[in-house]
Formats: sequence, structure tokens, C-alpha cells
Amino acid sequence: MDTLLSGVSLLMRWDVFIALLVGSIGGVVIGAIPGVGAAVAIAILLPATFSMDPIVGLTVLLGIYGSSMYGGAIPAILVNTPGTAVNALTTYDGYPMTQRGEARRALSIAYSASFWGGIFGILCLIFLSPLLALIAPHFGSREIFLAALLGMVLVVLAHRGQVFAAGMLAAFGILLQTVGLEPVKYTKRLTFDQSWLASGFDLIVVVLGLFALSQAFLLLVDNDKQPKLEPVTGSLFSSMKELWIYKRIATVAGGFGVLMGMIPGVGEFTAQFLSYTYARKTSKAPEQFGKGSPEGLIASEAANNAVPAAAMIPLLALGIPGEALTAMMLSVFYVHNVIPGPGLFQNQLDFVYALYIAMLLLNIIVIVFLLFSTNLMTKIIQIPTRFLGMMILTLSFVGVYSLRNSVTDCAIASAFGVFGLILKRLNLPIVPIVLGMVLGGIMEVKLRTSMTRVKTPLDFVDRPIAAFLAAAIVFVIVLHIRTLRKEHLARLKGETDDDLDSQLR
Amino acid sequence: MKAKTLQDLFKRYRKPGDLVFSLLFLAMCLFLALNVQDQTTWSKGTKLPSQPAFWPYLSIGLMTFFAVLHFVTGLMTPAMKGRWMEVGFWLRSFEYAIWFMAYVFIVPRLGYLLSTLLFTALLTFRLGYRSKKSILFAMLFGLAVVLLFKTFLQVKVPGGELYEFLPTNLRSFMLTYF
Repeated sequence: MDTLLSGVSLLMRWDVFIALLVGSIGGVVIGAIPGVGAAVAIAILLPATFSMDPIVGLTVLLGIYGSSMYGGAIPAILVNTPGTAVNALTTYDGYPMTQRGEARRALSIAYSASFWGGIFGILCLIFLSPLLALIAPHFGSREIFLAALLGMVLVVLAHRGQVFAAGMLAAFGILLQTVGLEPVKYTKRLTFDQSWLASGFDLIVVVLGLFALSQAFLLLVDNDKQPKLEPVTGSLFSSMKELWIYKRIATVAGGFGVLMGMIPGVGEFTAQFLSYTYARKTSKAPEQFGKGSPEGLIASEAANNAVPAAAMIPLLALGIPGEALTAMMLSVFYVHNVIPGPGLFQNQLDFVYALYIAMLLLNIIVIVFLLFSTNLMTKIIQIPTRFLGMMILTLSFVGVYSLRNSVTDCAIASAFGVFGLILKRLNLPIVPIVLGMVLGGIMEVKLRTSMTRVKTPLDFVDRPIAAFLAAAIVFVIVLHIRTLRKEHLARLKGETDDDLDSQLR
Repeated sequence: MKAKTLQDLFKRYRKPGDLVFSLLFLAMCLFLALNVQDQTTWSKGTKLPSQPAFWPYLSIGLMTFFAVLHFVTGLMTPAMKGRWMEVGFWLRSFEYAIWFMAYVFIVPRLGYLLSTLLFTALLTFRLGYRSKKSILFAMLFGLAVVLLFKTFLQVKVPGGELYEFLPTNLRSFMLTYF
């Protein structure tokens, strides 16, 4: 109880209050504008948060992360354009409802489902904390290495249809973090006698290039578009009670969100896919899915909003980010010498509780804001896309240049911007590069540390958690190969009409 | 029959330009693979996983392995129209990379405020928004960015060389807030 009160006292500051408002409302606005997204905003704001207290900086970033998906539902429902990538499934049922003249109902349902998913995820995180505090200290170097390796394997295999591309880009990420002066033997790695390569590639510079600059370039080069939105009439409160009718779907979707959010490398898309499939299979009106089913809308929104809180579990407990946004947040922890991992739950539990409470407050602020400001949002998001590109480019400068006032950093970020643009145009994944950089660094350090106590390969898995993680890696790979084989055999027998439905795509 | 099965197995979805990217990425992997020996060091008496060269070798090996498979699967897929148009799209992004770098170069000279106002106004004009309202809005946005990040959040952006010509009091004010 004392720890909880101490956590509350950490939040009793005017700058935390401002951070809560900026994070939650800013996140909604950013999420609602198609073409920005939480990753771009977090990448830009990251260096600015370095000068803030960790709780203030993390509150802003968590706010943007969690609330962007609320905002992303607005254009997804009203104009069939997802505000963020994870709102794509929302368009399936949200937009048909708008076409039927039920835009207000669709938005109400989406907001209430998002709120339910968000709160459900945070409550799971709170109730899992004692368990995490119990388990986390049993994670030594070997276990953290294996957990990071499992994350890498999952991030590659989770890119269904793009496994080879995800594999090469994840390996590219690992390579990027090896460039420069190696910290133990002080030997140069892949510097090609270039002084600018000696300090290696900074994660923030790469992230800013891949997410923010690439998006700016994409918007600037592409044709101009301007979403046209009609204002929503009537109260958004009235349809919120509908969530109660579909509480089973919302809870199961939240559960999938928590489960998939906890597993590194998986995240929102798998959670949505599973919860949507579940909702359709158990629905009394499965034929309505894709044609404006409230159950489909709830399944999609509750699942993706439960993920942010759950994604904090591997980050806080083990120091292992499961996706790009938590990977960026990891750098905020490191800058302030707050090292996430087993020690955090033992030494700074009040800080962890403060983060949980901040996440709860963020969800409440967002839902209140949206109930009264949806029509204001419909005006804000009508910014022409090329103009938006100019805005992102201007903001990206602050992100990159304020790090070290380095022209080289800006040039590197620009190069990664062009690279990111190519990947986006080809529908190839960017996240494996970022996770490769972060998890590659963790794996290198932890493997080296653990080798001091390892004499034979079997020593590596002689502890229960290490053995479990190693078995999980083998299981995931075997399962993937089995699925691949089954799909291929089904295709040969002509049981599926989709001849491109292969995990090898 | 076997060849057909293999082709079916490796077929994948791709967009125009995918093959060009796959080929360039594979070429980069091969270049790195050829140079990794010269660019890394193996220490005597150190276990393999603790070797400084271990992770570069491993990552380049994995990159090359997956890049070959990605390229081969691309070859197995029917060709798509618009490859060079897509490459042209990629190349057009260099213009904005140059705009960005120009902005980076002028900030230490003209100062953050003036550079941002110039950059937002000129780029907006270049993008085809020629009305006074659009350019004014772009400049207001630029001003807001400077006020938020430099004046309020005090992010590290150096003052411009131009500030040296200002009177002492105004110079220190500009250096601190703009």
C-alpha cells in the first residue's frame, strides 16, 4: 500500500498533469490524421523527452502510444481510411455502418470498446505485477538472451507472407548495432576506415529516418489527398451502452490483446485477427461481419487497445521490447539510468505503479475528450497530405538535430528515410529492423555474460526458465514449418483457391 | 512436375520494384560478406560467442541467406508492370532529402527561427500551395514548432551565426529562446 501511495505521489506534479493532457489529446490528434501515426510522433518527440523526468517523458510517450488508436478509429469509420495501421480492421465494419447512416453509433461503439480494451489491458498488467515481481528475478543473462532470441524468431515468423523479408531485415537490424567500436575488446567493426561510422548507428537516428522521414518523403512525393469528413450529429453517449450487450466479445478481444501484446514480436495485428475470427465464429449473425457488424467493430478496437499496456510487460519485467514503439521507449529508460528488467520491480516498484496509474488516467482523459471533441477532430484531420509531409519534415529536424547537433546524424537519418520509403512502398516490414537493433544489442551482451558460466551447450538450458524458453523457440519454429507444409499440401490438392497463401510469401 | 511444385512453393506476393530492391539488397549483403573478414577482428583465447567478429558474421550470414531466398521467391513470381515507374518514385524522394539537408545546413547560420520560417514557406510554395493563406499558415506552423521545442522545451538547437550581429541583450535572448 505504501508503494502504491508512493507511486501516486510521483504523479502529483504539474508537469505530469501536462504530460497526461499532451500525451492523451496529442495521441488522439496524431492517430486521427491518416499518415502520421504513433511511431512517427514518438520518434520525433523522443529526444525532447530526454530532458524530462522519466515519469514525465514516459507519460507523454505512453499517452501517444495508447490514445493514437482511439483517434485512428475516426477516419477509419467516417471515410474508410485508417488513421493508424492497426485501425485497418476497423474500416471493415465501421465504414459500412457510416454508409448506413450509423456513423455516430459506430464511433460510440469504437470508443467504448477501445476504452474497455485499454482498461482491461491495464488491469491485467496490475494483477500480473506480483507474478512478474516473483518471476523476473529468476531471469539471468541466459534467460534474457533466450527471451530476446524468442522475440526475434517471433517477429520474423509473425510477418506472415513476408518471412524471408522480415528475416533479412531483422538480421540487417542486428548488423546495424554491431557497426562501430566494439565495447569489450575495442576493435573496429565494419567501419571501412570512415570516422563517421566509428560511433556506429544511433537507434534514435535510424528510427527517425525509418519512421518519420520516410513518412514525410512518402507524403511529399505522392499525390495530394485531402480527406473530406462530414460532422457527426447527436450524442455519442447514447450508443455506449451497447458494449454491455457484447461484453463477452469485448472481454475476449481484450484478452487476446493482452496475450498477444505480452509476446514479443506479435502485437496488435495478430490480436485483432484472433479476436475478429473468434467474434465471427461465435456470432449469431456472422454474415454481417464486413458489412457493418458492431461485434466486428468491438473485436477489432478492444483487441488493439489492450495491446499497449500488455506490451509494457516484457519491457518492464525483462527489459525486452516486443515491438517498435516500446523499443523506442526503452531508450528513455536508459537515458535516465532507469534500467527496466528484474531489478525495476525490486527497487522501483513505486515507479512501475506510477506508470500503471498514468495509463489508467490517460484512458479516462481520452474517452472524455473524444465524447466532446469528435467533430473538432473531423476538422483537424482534413489537412492535405503533402502539407502534412512538410509538417512532419519540419518536426523531424528537431528530433534528429537536437540529439547531438550532428549533420552526419541528419544525413544518416535522410538515407534511412529513403530506405524506409522504399520498404513502405513495397509493403515490406520496418519493425524487424528496429527490433533487430535493440534485441541484437541485448543478445550480444547477454550471450557474452552468460558464456562465463557455460561450459557445454547443455549448461545453457540447465535452469527451468531457460529450458522452457529454448523449448518455446523450437516449438514455434516446428509449428511454423508444420503449418507451412499443411498449407502447401492443401494447395497441391486444390483445397484452397488462394495460390499465394503461403507463409513463404 | 517437381519444378512446378518448387515454383508454387516459393511463389509470393510482390509489388512493382520488388525485384530491383531484392537485387540491390542482395548485392549489399554480398559486398558485406566479401569485406567482413577485413572489417572485423578475431581475438585469441576468446570463446566464439564472445568474439568481436561473431555478431557481424552471424548477421551478415543471416542477411545473405534470407536475401537470396527473398530474391529467388521474387523471381518465381510473375513480373509486374510499373517497375521503373516505381524506381522513379523512390528517386524523387531524394529531392526532399536534399530539402531536409539544406534546412540542416542553414540552421547554424541563420538561426532556428528564421531558418524554420524560410524552410516552411519555401517548401510549401514548392509543393504547389501558392496562396498567401497557405504560406502564412505554414510559417505560423514553423513559429509554433520553434516556440514549442526551443522556447518552451529548450531542446538543443544552436543559435545562428547571424545572431552575432545583434545587440548584446537581444543576442543572448535569441540564443536562449530562438
